[in-house]
Amino acid sequence: MNPSPHSFGKSLFELMSSMRFAISLLSLLAVASIIGTVLKQAEPYSNYIIQLGPFWFQVFEKLGLYDVYHAAWFLLILTFLVASVSVCIIRNAPGFARDMRSFREHVSEQSLNAFKHQHSANTTQPPEALAASTQRYLEGQGYTVKNLPRADGVLLAAKAGSWNRLGYFLAHSAIVMICIGGLMDGNLVFKAQQLLGYKKIEKRDIPQSQVPAISRLSASNPSFRGSVQIPEGSSASVAFLNVADGYLVQELPFTVALKQFRIEHYTTGQPKNFESDIEIFDHAGKKIREATIAVNHPLIHDGIAIYQASFADGGTRLAIRGWNLFAPTAASFDVTGTVHERSTLTSEAGNYTLEFIDFRPFNIENMGGETTATRDTMSVFGGSPVSDKKHLRNVGPSFQYKMRDARGQAREFSNYMLPLELEGRWYMMSGVRESPNESFRYIRMPLDADGRIDSFMRLRGALMNPALRPEIAARFARQALPQDAWNTEIEDKLKFSAAQVLALFGEGGFQTLGQSIEDKVPEAERDKAAGTYLRILELAAFEALHIANRQAGLPAPKADDVTGWLVRDSLNSISDIFVYGAPVYLQLMQYDEVKATGLQLTRSPGQNIVYFGSLLLTLGVFFMLYVRERRVWLLVKPGRALLAMSSAKHTIDFEKEFTQHAQALDTLAR
Amino acid sequence: MELALNQPAPLLKRLSWFDWLFAAVITAGGLFALSRFGEFMDVYEKAILLAAIPSLAVFGWFWKPFRALFIVVGAISLFAISQYQGTLARMEEAFFLKYLISSQAAIMWMCALFGLATLTYWGGLLARSGFTMKTGSALTWSAIAMGFTGLMVRWYESYLIGTDVGHIPVSNLYEVFVLFCLITAMMYLYYEAQYRTRQMGAFVLLVISAAVGFILWYTFDRGAHEIQPLVPALKSWWMKLHVPANFIGYGSFSLSAMLGVAYLLVQRGILASRLPKPEVIDDMMYKAIAIGFAFFTIATILGAMWAAEAWGGYWSWDPKETWALIVWLNYAAWLHIRLVKGLRGPMLAWWAVVGLFVTTFAFLGVNMFLSGLHSYGTL
Repeated sequence: MNPSPHSFGKSLFELMSSMRFAISLLSLLAVASIIGTVLKQAEPYSNYIIQLGPFWFQVFEKLGLYDVYHAAWFLLILTFLVASVSVCIIRNAPGFARDMRSFREHVSEQSLNAFKHQHSANTTQPPEALAASTQRYLEGQGYTVKNLPRADGVLLAAKAGSWNRLGYFLAHSAIVMICIGGLMDGNLVFKAQQLLGYKKIEKRDIPQSQVPAISRLSASNPSFRGSVQIPEGSSASVAFLNVADGYLVQELPFTVALKQFRIEHYTTGQPKNFESDIEIFDHAGKKIREATIAVNHPLIHDGIAIYQASFADGGTRLAIRGWNLFAPTAASFDVTGTVHERSTLTSEAGNYTLEFIDFRPFNIENMGGETTATRDTMSVFGGSPVSDKKHLRNVGPSFQYKMRDARGQAREFSNYMLPLELEGRWYMMSGVRESPNESFRYIRMPLDADGRIDSFMRLRGALMNPALRPEIAARFARQALPQDAWNTEIEDKLKFSAAQVLALFGEGGFQTLGQSIEDKVPEAERDKAAGTYLRILELAAFEALHIANRQAGLPAPKADDVTGWLVRDSLNSISDIFVYGAPVYLQLMQYDEVKATGLQLTRSPGQNIVYFGSLLLTLGVFFMLYVRERRVWLLVKPGRALLAMSSAKHTIDFEKEFTQHAQALDTLAR
Repeated sequence: MELALNQPAPLLKRLSWFDWLFAAVITAGGLFALSRFGEFMDVYEKAILLAAIPSLAVFGWFWKPFRALFIVVGAISLFAISQYQGTLARMEEAFFLKYLISSQAAIMWMCALFGLATLTYWGGLLARSGFTMKTGSALTWSAIAMGFTGLMVRWYESYLIGTDVGHIPVSNLYEVFVLFCLITAMMYLYYEAQYRTRQMGAFVLLVISAAVGFILWYTFDRGAHEIQPLVPALKSWWMKLHVPANFIGYGSFSLSAMLGVAYLLVQRGILASRLPKPEVIDDMMYKAIAIGFAFFTIATILGAMWAAEAWGGYWSWDPKETWALIVWLNYAAWLHIRLVKGLRGPMLAWWAVVGLFVTTFAFLGVNMFLSGLHSYGTL
């Protein structure tokens, strides 16, 4: 191997400006970019741990894969690309600039003869005359022509499409500009500060005002992209930047206050528009301006663009009726709560913390129901494009909360305020789940004829009250047996069975009842036994309702279908209570909604540079692809004319044009 | 030989009476729309409408068959609109709407015609029958006319559903797939005339047929043809520019990939006697990628500018954005290799074919497998 004749700098320059290097970088950049699309970026770190396991989580973290596009190695690739493109421009610029101006008039006859595209014609015309007519022809074809008299004749040197080279400059400097603009809007400044120890991300969940200065960025920070949530009637003078598994507090040069947040809906219930009426104050409290922002309609104030990004509940106040689910009576109590805040429930079994998570004024649910209209011919075409949205319905408000017991175990609940109609009957719905990955399982509590859940709760209380069981059993036996069987052994047996069924059900619902059948009854007779138990339970429950109504000073329940369904539904629901996971059901009675808007605030000084770069890129691409650079020479000597043509790109169009010029010369030379 | 000497006449002098008629129709239509609906448009929408007038006119002057297409599509669409008499229910009552030119019927006719065109082109190619291939072209033209009519009528239907629901039909995967078929077919027909060869139709129509297959599955299995109101993020005039520009890119990249397939077959001597020379296919492939790249560049820039308004940043490394960048880098590399290195031949053809997979992933795969801000069409 020979020692390189070039210095290191020279070979580096060669490498950087080489096409192969540039293409390799492009490919590398593409592959690196894919990573960030496959692995979800900027998720909470706990999600990654669950997804990847502790070992790979650390490996991936070290590689910066949770924020690929800001990882040092990714920025390094970008930097190399910028450097490579810059070096390429520096290397080619002088030559290209000369080339654009030059007519390459110092060609020799010999070299013209050696051209791949050359054509000669015999002529009787004097050289000057033929040169002049050809010049006119070429100029008509869009060429710039230089006429150079020579000792032995005339040389025409013509060029067209020099802008192709200009396109090269435009497109390649555009890439550099776009990358620089992008870097200006990146978080390089913060990264440097973080590296030098001037700034640190905050990972604790603490009020914004308590975040120490080391995690705060000043209002003069040249570029940032943060977000903030503002409840109606409140204001914010900071934004939050999410960084890795923490955040930073970005001071704003002004205060944004939210007057009102609105959601408009289409008739089908899908959201149509999100709007915030905001006011901007200076730090002295003087109002500077008012504006309404919406998605696609940001406000730009003081170089900071304010976008409508999201919305949330801003602390809706909830008036709640709580029902004890295991009490022997239909006992209720009142609680109040505020979304995003906590309340405490005290009970003998220990205290519970209620964490109110969210309130939703609308819930558009798919209530099932197939399209009944037959659409004969249309079905061949896939049916009508007019969607049949009859099954979608707004089922009214709901609120979500977590109920945490003294040991810290929590379940999440979602309760609707209004009853839902299912299969022709009305229910109050309450959903429960153990973790956010699950979907809610619903318990449905039937409404009575007055449209309340009180009957259900009375029945539930009676069935869960051991003291009432003898009376229920007795009433049941009397109702079930003909009068001549009263006070016989049969009645005692029936009473005993009923009391047993009631006790089993009252302690664990159908689950316990089923278990008991499985334990005591031979397999062949289980179905029959279950049927009997169920019948006893339903009839006994009706008597229980009777007693409960009497105790509450209410009229006796009518023995009709409606009551029958109420009892059946209640039994199902009571059985579900044992797996509901909370000792109380919270019924939303009233609410005072407070909405919050989610704003994104951006200062991006690089944006205009990127846009200008984009404009240059577009122009450059069109010049490069659609302006064909080509040159024509015509050497006319007495008796003979030689035409030669060259272009950087030999396309079919070029071949056609050459043929055309050659034919033109033949005609002119005649 | 005098012709060769003639300087190209100035554009305006080369225009025929039909060119002027076409321009007049477009101007009249555009101004009518402006006067009638101007009060419902914002300044950008008005600007887009006004800019569309000269753009369409010049485009028609540049590519003559577009004039007839435009007028035919316009006439059928207006007829369809008149049939509606302002009520959607007429869709299932009026004969023409029910069977031919309600949006869904027209789009299904487009699908059928594209299928027929594919078969015809292949028949013509295998039987070396110029006439059959000419029929293929005619079928393709009819499919395009039906497809555009379908989109135009769909636009109108969306306003009949509700004035707040109405929007240009380029807002979801179903609508853009129709657009994709139309743009790819139109670009192919342009090159067909330009290179005076119909043989490539067999190949290009394959990719269109695949898209048609997707449309049918999407319609019958998923009911995706239903007109949905726009989500707030899409309610912007940018959509009118960004989406069509993108689909010129996607369309021409797909076109180039199919040309790549043809090139590779010819290289191996398969169908070689029936297809154009490799140099011609290669040239077409280059032209398709060049125009695709130019428009994809514009589309991505427009997308970035829209993102700056809707999402608060011109670049968020959202999966769709990132994949758009990957597609862009891929074809930038392709063009560099070809233009700077002057490379030709099977390597570039293979690359163009692989490019289709990259493009398809950016276009469909991202919606299927990845999530992000840009999830407007889910499968």
